[in-house]
Amino acid sequence: MFGKLTWAAIPFDQPIPLAAGALVVFGIAAVVIWVVAKGYLPYLWREWITSTDHKRIGVMYCLLAAVMLLRGFIDALMMRSQQALAFHAAGYLPPEHYDQIFSAHGTIMIFFVAMPFVIGLMNFAVPLQLGVRDVAFPTWNSVSFWLTAAGALLVNVSLVVGEFARTGWLPYPPLSELAYSPGVGVDYYLWAIQISGIGTLITGINFVTTILKMRAPGMTYMRMPIFCWTALAANLLIVAAFPILTATLAMLLLDRYVGFHFFTNEAGGNAMMFMNLIWAWGHPEVYILILPAFGVFSEVVATFSGKPLFDRRSMIVATMAICILSFSVWLHHFFTMGAGGDVNGFFGIASMVIAVPTGVKIFNWLFTMYGGRIRFTSAMLWAVGFMVTFVIGGMTGVLLASPAVDFVLHNSLFLVAHFHNVIIGGVLFGAFAGYTFWFPKAFGFTLDERLGKAAFWCWLIGFYVAFMPLYVLGFEGMTRRMQHYDRPEWYPWVMVAGVGALLILCGIGFQIAQLWVSVRSRDRRLEPTGDPWDGRSLEWATASPPPAFNFAVLPAVTSEEPYWDVKQRARATHQLVTPEPQYAAIEMPRHSPTGFVTAFLATVTGFALIWQIWWLVVLGLLGAYATFVVFAWRDVHEIEIPAEEVARIDRANRAARAAALMAEAPP
Amino acid sequence: MSTPALRVAHDPALGAPEAGQRAISGHGSGGPAPRRIIVGYGFWIFLLSDVIMFSAFFAAYAVLFRNTAGGPSAHELFDLRNTAVQTACLLASSFTCGMASLAVGQRNQKWTQIALLVTGVLGLAFIMLEIREFSGFVARGAGPGRSAFLSSFFTLVGCHGVHVSAGLLWLGTMMAQFYAKGFRQDIRHRFLCFSLFWHALDIIWVAIFSLVYLVGSLPPELLP
Amino acid sequence: MSKELDYDAGSYVGEDRELAGGDPGEQRTLRREVRGYLLGLGLAVGLTIASFWVVGTNEVYRPGLAVAILVLAVAQMGIHLIFFLHITTAPDNANNILALAFGVLIVCLVVFGSLWVMSHMNHNMMPMDQLMRMQR
Repeated sequence: MFGKLTWAAIPFDQPIPLAAGALVVFGIAAVVIWVVAKGYLPYLWREWITSTDHKRIGVMYCLLAAVMLLRGFIDALMMRSQQALAFHAAGYLPPEHYDQIFSAHGTIMIFFVAMPFVIGLMNFAVPLQLGVRDVAFPTWNSVSFWLTAAGALLVNVSLVVGEFARTGWLPYPPLSELAYSPGVGVDYYLWAIQISGIGTLITGINFVTTILKMRAPGMTYMRMPIFCWTALAANLLIVAAFPILTATLAMLLLDRYVGFHFFTNEAGGNAMMFMNLIWAWGHPEVYILILPAFGVFSEVVATFSGKPLFDRRSMIVATMAICILSFSVWLHHFFTMGAGGDVNGFFGIASMVIAVPTGVKIFNWLFTMYGGRIRFTSAMLWAVGFMVTFVIGGMTGVLLASPAVDFVLHNSLFLVAHFHNVIIGGVLFGAFAGYTFWFPKAFGFTLDERLGKAAFWCWLIGFYVAFMPLYVLGFEGMTRRMQHYDRPEWYPWVMVAGVGALLILCGIGFQIAQLWVSVRSRDRRLEPTGDPWDGRSLEWATASPPPAFNFAVLPAVTSEEPYWDVKQRARATHQLVTPEPQYAAIEMPRHSPTGFVTAFLATVTGFALIWQIWWLVVLGLLGAYATFVVFAWRDVHEIEIPAEEVARIDRANRAARAAALMAEAPP
Repeated sequence: MSTPALRVAHDPALGAPEAGQRAISGHGSGGPAPRRIIVGYGFWIFLLSDVIMFSAFFAAYAVLFRNTAGGPSAHELFDLRNTAVQTACLLASSFTCGMASLAVGQRNQKWTQIALLVTGVLGLAFIMLEIREFSGFVARGAGPGRSAFLSSFFTLVGCHGVHVSAGLLWLGTMMAQFYAKGFRQDIRHRFLCFSLFWHALDIIWVAIFSLVYLVGSLPPELLP
Repeated sequence: MSKELDYDAGSYVGEDRELAGGDPGEQRTLRREVRGYLLGLGLAVGLTIASFWVVGTNEVYRPGLAVAILVLAVAQMGIHLIFFLHITTAPDNANNILALAFGVLIVCLVVFGSLWVMSHMNHNMMPMDQLMRMQR
């Protein structure tokens, strides 16, 4: 009746997951009860859960990422503390538990923190920067978000019901095959990633179409903001790479569920094929993560240096070069698998070549800063911290790109230090910079700068203290994922790394404090004009938060920095230079529960597939088809915002901006 | 080809004088493209992603082709006459789908339904032949669990079959929608997506019948 | 909603084609469209028959058969793209061509890259059966 599901799935005999699970369940229940009791549910349902507005969806993605960052970081603290305790000792986490923790840590951080964060930022900012009202397919956008959330939910359910995979964040066969992983752990991983992977693929299609086919009049490709170019490259990579992930995980699922022999040891299976295909996805994946972060830095550095970005054209060329080259290096993840000198040599050289366009970008940011009037806001601090940290991480990457060196360092802590160096220093710092930069636009008030800077310094110092020792440990021979060890020369470095993790914890604490303090004092930090940073691109032309329709009239773009140019003319004359437009009614897409319902059914179906409750699988799939038909049958797709409403909102923003301009005028 | 009409955003008041002329230059700077272009392009990108997914299955098939684990090989199993009939059905259905597109363009309900029905019947024939082939293999001990080669064959060809089956479900829904709601713009856009999908499935079948069946049926010494 | 003058016959991924206007124009266009599809069908059928024939016959240089089948398959795909999917070289189709080229590039990288990599995987190993096969 319930497949493999029994009461034994709940870890009554394991205190740590039981306590953690109970905490989470009660915490979620408390939040839900509070929301319902205060009467917020109708508002949440109407304005957020069923929203098809890219700005709302972007905020929800970032919120999901932030919450999952906490879970993933707790996993990291547990790993660090285990290693700190497990010198000539067993530590407090038995191997079968420790293995699930490092697997969950990686899976959550890549798929449910980094990806949602960059996708959230792209969701929020790209349509605004392009000067349009929304993405190409707003309802599909909602579906994408909720499917990602469904995947995250499934991974977290595994904490309480069943177990998670013990195979690392990429489930290599034959360990991940049924013979060696008979439990449900790998299945949780596989279905969670497949479900969220579909959501991500839809996002990729959505944004490629939006960027290529929907821009404000006059915005040629060369006039597009750099963040939109990097978003285009990242989404092209999503469209190209995620199908490979889907196919490869499907092959593993077929092996596990129906006894196929893609990657098994017997009947001619080839486990190495899994590594080959999964990294053909995996390498473009890291570029999907870093390219939007590069785009954020381009925006932040230009804005806070008070100068246009240095040499846009080479930035664009470098971005697209990275996009194409990222598909030619994947074998560097398995140099040691035995492909021989010719193959290793080709991929090694290609891996070094891809550092060149990245270097071009670094130099362009530096030249943007040179000669500028730099304002060291916390967003700019993140950018500068990134430049130093990412360059170090990139250089260790070039070191690893040499097959001979990689033979010694593969799967050591040197590798672990390298990828944390580039992901934290690159992706996470970029996400934090983007969060700080666009928060006032999204909510209408600024974040506390002092707490933000404190958070930055804790993260920066904490990162170096936590991960530089790992480079040393890698050279000294310590491999990754060790549950215990007994070499005395490793011990001091492990302890230092543990201290670093605690410093990062302080950083996260400051970020939570920053949000709390800023929200409570928001009335004192309101930002009336919509342009708190003296911005250069079109999103700063809107009110904060922007109205649902973004722009009352789509802007006419005649240069690379349309908003900056208009603003400079306005400043020269101390008044608005664009006349009040002819307001007309605007049609916006209707909100829809389709995304939420689809994801709910996906979660149910995924859970049923994991536990092999076949009747529930059938019900879930039928429900999905029914949802599709119900949505397809809808007659009214849009709501109309009347011209008076548009006029009222726009006039208010124009008045605030005119007042600010007059205030700047000399007496 | 006559110059297409200007198509920009819904808003009447746009500042830039150049917006009008650049509308359909392909440079995209005339403002957001018309809905039909956006929908068509989005689906085009989805199709490319689907083709890349198939290429991963193709890659696995190519690598595992010789791993027959002592079991039957392609040369021993494939019946090219069945493949030929399947190809004929799918190719014909692509043509009838094109005819359905023309009928939709003419807003002719009768011919739309007829053409779609024929497309569906041909597609169904394709699926039935494939099911018959698969069950025949399984009965001969050449099921997907026999060897890596067979696993990859069943997955690649089966994945295509699943796509065709989903397409048939979609086709039925489209027929119902045209019948119930007429030729409304959004339904026509969905049908545009369906026809792109159906033609793409035929393109993938070209790859399958050529590289899997025809090349697979060659004697081993002629294989690359 | 803005009124669209689109004449959406066929699976055009490119720009709207405006009706020539007036009934004779309409019929002329429809006939032309049908002829286009028929031509595509005919060419595709011809190439398909050629593929099957090539396998059965001795007319073609046997060792080159696999390549011949590949070439015929690519030709058929081209026919489908041009006659059924209406890919053209018009500027409004540029994005579609670019996307197609990108897709083809990725497919080639994945398929040929995987074949190259996987065929080398036993490079430093020489198991018995492989050794025996080499001595055939």
